[in-house]
Amino acid sequence: MLKDVTLGQYYQTDSWMHRLDPRVKLLGTLSYIIILFVVNSVPGYLVCGAFLLVCVLLSRVPFGYILRGLKTIMVLLLITVLFNLFLTPGEPLVSFWKFTITKEGLTFSIKMAVRLIFLIIASTLMTLTTSPNQLTDALESVLGPLKKLHVPVHEISMMMSIALRFIPILMEETDKIMKAQMARGADFDSGNLINKIKAMVPLLVPLFISAFRRANDLAMAMEARCYHGGEGRTKMKPLVYRKGDVGAYGVLCAFLAACIVIRVMGV
Amino acid sequence: MEIVKTIKLIHDYIVRDEEGNETGKVRAIDGVDLDVAPGQFIAVLGHNGSGKSTLAKHLNALLYPTEGQVILDGFDTTDESHLWDIRQEAGMVFQNPDNQIIGQVVEEDVGFGPENMGVPTKEIWERVEESLKAVGMWEFRKKSPNRLSGGQKQRVSIAGVIAMHPKCIIMDEPTAMLDPSGRHEVIRAARALNQVEHITIILITHYMEEAIYADKVFVMDEGKIALQGTPREVFSQVDRMKELHLDVPQVTLLAHELRKAGLPIPEGILTSRELALALGLQPKETGSAWD
Amino acid sequence: MGLKIEDITYTYESGTAMSVNALNHITTEIPDGQFIGLIGHTGSGKSTFVQMLNGLLKASSGHIYYNGEDIDGDGYDKKALRANVGLVFQYPENQLFEADVLTDVEFGPKNLGLNESARKARAEKALNLVGLSEKYWKASPFDLSGGQKRRAAIAGVLAMEPKILILDEPTAGLDPRGRDEILGLVRDMKNQLDMTILLVSHSMEDVAEYVDRILVMNAGQIMLDGTPREVFSHVSELEAVGLAAPQMTYIMRDLAAAGLPVRTDCLTVEEAAAEILSHRDAIPAAEKGGSHA
Repeated sequence: MLKDVTLGQYYQTDSWMHRLDPRVKLLGTLSYIIILFVVNSVPGYLVCGAFLLVCVLLSRVPFGYILRGLKTIMVLLLITVLFNLFLTPGEPLVSFWKFTITKEGLTFSIKMAVRLIFLIIASTLMTLTTSPNQLTDALESVLGPLKKLHVPVHEISMMMSIALRFIPILMEETDKIMKAQMARGADFDSGNLINKIKAMVPLLVPLFISAFRRANDLAMAMEARCYHGGEGRTKMKPLVYRKGDVGAYGVLCAFLAACIVIRVMGV
Repeated sequence: MEIVKTIKLIHDYIVRDEEGNETGKVRAIDGVDLDVAPGQFIAVLGHNGSGKSTLAKHLNALLYPTEGQVILDGFDTTDESHLWDIRQEAGMVFQNPDNQIIGQVVEEDVGFGPENMGVPTKEIWERVEESLKAVGMWEFRKKSPNRLSGGQKQRVSIAGVIAMHPKCIIMDEPTAMLDPSGRHEVIRAARALNQVEHITIILITHYMEEAIYADKVFVMDEGKIALQGTPREVFSQVDRMKELHLDVPQVTLLAHELRKAGLPIPEGILTSRELALALGLQPKETGSAWD
Repeated sequence: MGLKIEDITYTYESGTAMSVNALNHITTEIPDGQFIGLIGHTGSGKSTFVQMLNGLLKASSGHIYYNGEDIDGDGYDKKALRANVGLVFQYPENQLFEADVLTDVEFGPKNLGLNESARKARAEKALNLVGLSEKYWKASPFDLSGGQKRRAAIAGVLAMEPKILILDEPTAGLDPRGRDEILGLVRDMKNQLDMTILLVSHSMEDVAEYVDRILVMNAGQIMLDGTPREVFSHVSELEAVGLAAPQMTYIMRDLAAAGLPVRTDCLTVEEAAAEILSHRDAIPAAEKGGSHA
């Protein structure tokens, strides 16, 4: 059923990775992605790969789930690799018809592929082990300092969290309106592109009207429950670092340092 | 002192054309005087467009009077310095169960009000627990609201209001979109809060069955209070209620028909037991469908 | 001929651990000309069932025949089926989308490929049927009142000129006046157009008053099938699945228990009043007060 669709792809289980403070996971993933582009040698990638493997094992998420994340961007990955493979100038290795594979192209495309695969696995792992709720909380907390620059951090995270709550409801509504129009003979599948776009009007107009009505109702319900922005607000589930989280930061720092050392030493 | 009082309340909606120019006014509330004593269960009946929902929004300072006054527990709703006191003391439950739940998890939604009020974390958890238990939704605390039935969602909304420790809860057609069992659940929860926690309840509805247990019923029509009194006083006016396009309980209607046919039955029969007694029969103790 | 439903089953998320049997081996018939009430609590499978009847959902197993033809057969014209079996969804006003009422009602006929004058004629006829007068035809559907919006939406389905009309809880959310208007409308349509009507409802009172036959659904199956009087005589079975008989049945049962020898299967106020008055002799109060009828 459509109502079961959740945004992101949270995998519910109890693991060390799941229990980790979402801020650790958010900052960890970001720094991991950056460091992927800092290292550029085989030992460097080996260290990155090993680190990722340990994280995956600690998450107790089946490998299949993680690979599924890769599948969706396979096309993008292939295009990137092929472009780099054929279009990088340098010392030719093989050449056929109009294409030439260079040594530089080969190493560069392998590097890009490894980086992209690691990047995707790392971010998939984060969304698999962190509920969307925790992620918005973490974002609000991590971006907190930006409030001083008048960035509406609380509002952004409230918007994200409301969006997450209403996406399943709107999906269900889309399904209902679609069926209601089909009962009036509407056809959403056949015809050329222009006809298909035209056929969306009877679906989109009611959907927008309903979304606005819901937004209006919700705003009123929030006001009635004393909502007045982030000021003076307390938290039911405040983010608090525990010992394990501090340890995790330590491990993360050690890993980052190792990668930087590898890069600087040019191993 | 009254917990809720309106004095000659008038509300005009301004009608605008497509360019946003004022083209006229519609008077939604026309001189309403309402007095509600603390601890009462009040029902406001009326057909759609009778002004009852507009009235509800005045009691929580979501709308302000065009003329007249609304006094909530001694605070005038136009007094902005007490806006948050008013909203905390007069909780609102709305019609559409989906459009008033903010949290993605039941317990988080119930905590939303206290969070806004700046209640300390530990106390939020205590309030969430007591509120969810009060409406019988404690075992659903970890669930996504999307997985609940309509009646359960409305009970979560009620819990979200109770967690703010209000003196009075205004329910604006909370059962209009529910099936019979959902309606039953919500009304039972509302009655329990009134009887056990002594919270004043103002229930706005167009289902007369829900008004039977009220201490006082107000019937609205064209922005005015057309009838008021105990349920018995109001429902005994069968013909007037029909004029107002409202139902009366089926047993009241039956008694009314029998009376018209010449049987010596008083007006305002509300239960089959009362009808049996009026007919001179010995009623057996049986539970009515609404107990 | 009408609809013939043969052993249909519908499974959500089939093949996964989450699979749920929404419908479980249903066999029944909806012959032409009947006015049927379909009752069941939320989740009993009513909505799934009605969506199969016009081919919006496909049965996981079993067959549905319209006028003898299998609606899932190769090359069966689903659009023609949907024109013949009209379905009005719950809260149908949510599907309104055009700039004015008339154009919105024309949407169905337009999809059937009718030319401009034919579809205008149908739309006007449908709007007259639901009692929306000409002054609303050029209005935006969003400016109408709740009850009017609903009638405009029902006209949108009527303009397809269906032989069978299915209404999924057409009175949900309406006040008593709106409810009476819609139910009166359905009854008039039934009488004027000789349609087959399937009315899905929660309200026993509404169903008891209007229909000839009731289908009660529970847990994806048809639990009871018969005239209102037959079905409501199974009070304890109805209560066991979270439904109830009309209130009048309970009132009459209480009076009978108190010693008044009345029939307990009365469904409406008028019927009950007549029944009680026919036992005037047995009413102590009537004797004391002196009968003057």
